[in-house]
Amino acid sequence: MDSKINFAVIVFPASNCDFDAFRVPAELLKQNAKYVWHKDTVLGDVDVVILPGGFSYGDYLRTGAIARFSPIMNEVINFANGGGLVIGFCNGFQILTECGLLPGVLMKNKSLKFICDYVNLKVVTNNSPFTSNCNKGEVLKIPIAHGDGNYFADENTLQSLIENDQILFQYSDENGNITDQANPNGSLLNIAGVVNKKRNILGMMPHPERAVRKILGSDDGLKIFNSIVESFVYQ
Amino acid sequence: MTNLEYKEPIVSENLAISLGLTSEEYKRILDILKRVPTYTELGVFSVMWSEHCSYKNSILEIKKLPRSSEKMLVEAGEENAGLIDIGNNLAVAFKIESHNHPSAVEPYQGAATAVGGILRDIFTMGARPIAVLNSLRFGNLKNNKTKNYLKNIVKGIGDYGNCFGVPNIGGEIYFHECYEDNPLVNAMAVGIVDHNKIAKSSIKGVGRSVMIVGSSTGKDGIQGASFASEDLSEKSESKRPSVQVGDPFIEKLLLEATLEVINEDLIDSIQDMGAAGITCSTSEMSAKGNVGMEIDLDLVPQREMFMTPFEIMLSESQERMLLVAKPGCEERIEKIFNKWDLHGVIIGKTTDTKNLVVKYKRNIIVNIPADCLALGGGAPVYEREVKIPEYIKNPKRELFDFIKPDNYVNEILNILSSPNISSKKWIYRQYDSMVRTSTVELENIDCGIVEIPGSTKFLALTTDCNSTYIYLNPKVGGMIAIAEAARNIVCSGGTPLGITNCLNFGNPYNPEVYWQFTEALKGISEACLAFNTPVTGGNVSFYNQSQNNAIYPTPVIGMVGIINSKDEIIPNKFQNKNDLIYLLGNFSTDLNGSVYYKLKTYSEGINAPEFNLTDEVLLHTAISELNKSKIITSTHDISEGGLIVTLLEMSFNKQNLGFKIDFKTEDRLDKVLFSESQSRVVVSIKQSNKIQFEDLCKKLNQPCHILGSVEKDSIDLNGEVIENINLFRSVYDKSFENKLNN
Repeated sequence: MDSKINFAVIVFPASNCDFDAFRVPAELLKQNAKYVWHKDTVLGDVDVVILPGGFSYGDYLRTGAIARFSPIMNEVINFANGGGLVIGFCNGFQILTECGLLPGVLMKNKSLKFICDYVNLKVVTNNSPFTSNCNKGEVLKIPIAHGDGNYFADENTLQSLIENDQILFQYSDENGNITDQANPNGSLLNIAGVVNKKRNILGMMPHPERAVRKILGSDDGLKIFNSIVESFVYQ
Repeated sequence: MTNLEYKEPIVSENLAISLGLTSEEYKRILDILKRVPTYTELGVFSVMWSEHCSYKNSILEIKKLPRSSEKMLVEAGEENAGLIDIGNNLAVAFKIESHNHPSAVEPYQGAATAVGGILRDIFTMGARPIAVLNSLRFGNLKNNKTKNYLKNIVKGIGDYGNCFGVPNIGGEIYFHECYEDNPLVNAMAVGIVDHNKIAKSSIKGVGRSVMIVGSSTGKDGIQGASFASEDLSEKSESKRPSVQVGDPFIEKLLLEATLEVINEDLIDSIQDMGAAGITCSTSEMSAKGNVGMEIDLDLVPQREMFMTPFEIMLSESQERMLLVAKPGCEERIEKIFNKWDLHGVIIGKTTDTKNLVVKYKRNIIVNIPADCLALGGGAPVYEREVKIPEYIKNPKRELFDFIKPDNYVNEILNILSSPNISSKKWIYRQYDSMVRTSTVELENIDCGIVEIPGSTKFLALTTDCNSTYIYLNPKVGGMIAIAEAARNIVCSGGTPLGITNCLNFGNPYNPEVYWQFTEALKGISEACLAFNTPVTGGNVSFYNQSQNNAIYPTPVIGMVGIINSKDEIIPNKFQNKNDLIYLLGNFSTDLNGSVYYKLKTYSEGINAPEFNLTDEVLLHTAISELNKSKIITSTHDISEGGLIVTLLEMSFNKQNLGFKIDFKTEDRLDKVLFSESQSRVVVSIKQSNKIQFEDLCKKLNQPCHILGSVEKDSIDLNGEVIENINLFRSVYDKSFENKLNN
């Protein structure tokens, strides 16, 4: 039996980070990876589903708003509800909030501009299959590239995110201080990534799949991918 | 409003002239056809014989450029982009193109479609785009008009490339009064293709299906090519409908579908639709293949009702391609495009008549020998008059003198805060530079570097052109543009492979403008030969002028180089404390063309800065040899702002490593610091390599001068300036945004 973990990367029209998300498990982690077309209705034998970044449907109407109606999303929702690991990077996060798998919404950046830059991310908790390999409070250098990353949720939702330890990443300075200056897009509480209550669905605006080799500027993103792989080893 | 009867205007010489043709050209059309053309035919001639499509006023000069090398896989200008072999059975496809006029009247869409158009040129050859760059020129940043242009053009470029998913990894931006009404938007795209997957635009067989794929055809961009072939004026505002509207989402789908049909070997030939839309692609593909083509406009998917044949033929709606299917592959092609929710529709077939025949409502409305329309065929070719401009013929004898400043800190801060020097991070932060995870971290190198997929090598990419130098001396300035591009590639550890150029000039019917054009091309030719970088293609943009003010001659050079391994990449920031700092090349006091001289005297000089092609070639060899011997820890070339700006830029690093410089000079220190004399770079080396370094320079006949050493946190300049790095850095980092928002 193949003991490798099976990653599926969903391809929506104009998911332009699908290739980047595919490369990490396939080339660097030596796991299995496959693309799944958004019009398909079957996920197949899969352990982890990645909704990649990009501009699904050109971000028309609202980011992620059309992609959530793609045929494959019924399968993804079933898979997630069954406890399967689902990750949304950037546009993937936007799709996950649109289909209600994660709380909150992502609004236009406060500057109203697209921003591509490295940011510092504080790991708020390592109690998740996505951060188990990190230290709590550790600061990761990972890039963002988005125009709509401004995380918003109502008071009650924010309160429950905190109470249930669902905030995984916050924008911080390089020493882990949560400051306004370190907040690139206006997100409430500097939120950069959250999990659901059952802790099997992650959405984050930064792109860990882009920070996987030193020559690209950082390999801190590997810590997140390695956490995922290890979560299966120790199951 | 149904059943509108379509009536064509009556064709006459006056109508031809109103469409941008000359009387002679109209007579030539009558000669070719032996009859009066239809209105649609007249439209077809008017765009195909426009400057933009026919290169009628530039082709004779362009043919003089060095356009061959054993590594070039297609002849210059033959295909949609240049193609150079880079080993491993791979080739790099690259091209630069202008979208100046559209950006002047509709900045956002003009700039967006600049990116879209150049990307299609790359993937129509079967190459997947792996990088874009752009070269922009604006008027004075103090003017609201400039700020408005800048914000919208940057947003247009960003929105298109970001959504399409190609990293934007470099380029340049200059501000100068001459671009006040004529901003320049030049976009360059680079792609990689397997040798056996290269697609061509020349049709191979007759009786094959012609298909239009991608978006439907609408009423946008009609006659854009003709609009690009005249001066800008107040009336240009009314040409806004000539500007195309881009949809990067559709372009991304078109990319994937196009590469899929090429990879599955389903097509005979393919060409994107840019300028002159269906007209240009049908006639050029036919002419290149020496065949004819018959198409039916009723089959073309249309965005709106009641489009006239003239409009369908001349529409420049974006995100479309014309392809000829291999026999029996039509259905599979259609299926692939439909999978991506795009049209894939048969609109005609190739024939053995050599004529372009177009039907509309069962009538033949166009019947023209394809060859007569295309560049290199029957399109007109003109020799233009040249005249040496007065400022060159009778130049001022010498530069103005001015008092030596007593405070260098203020002078340096003035330079660092000027828009042509200060950091443009505000701009490039809006571009996705990392998508496809192949971009080498950008802030530390003299040019953009991307990994070549399927290889352990890298491409080094740059665009360069200092138009002040070219204005002051078109020939030497032209050489400098090539030299600087090559220097940037060599300084980042690469070897130049070839260039693409975007020749932005004023009205070619002005003999002084045309003299600048021919002189600049002479300089480019000479330098290209010296660096062994053939011209693989490019684009000419004339008529960049309004109310008799032509822009400075601006031949933007896009250069591609190769870096053989990761270890050969050289950073342009200081790396270690105590490293020794050297100047390769000589000290100079020449202030011609410099930023400093302009700030001091409000004038630009009497000649291009000192430049010697032989010295430049020697310098590049020296840098490459030193790099091979692993002696250099960092290098950065001396360009705008002079020696001091180079040293400071090397100090703006993460470790806050500055310098302690102490050199003896008899000359005025300000001139030495701010001279933009060419063929010079600053390098740092480990102390232990001092002797080896100096010996090697001597052996290579490369002059070198020790300047000082790398120090933590501080800047010390001959004891005359002693400051913390952060003073300079904050001005360098923040000035641009401050000026833009005030």
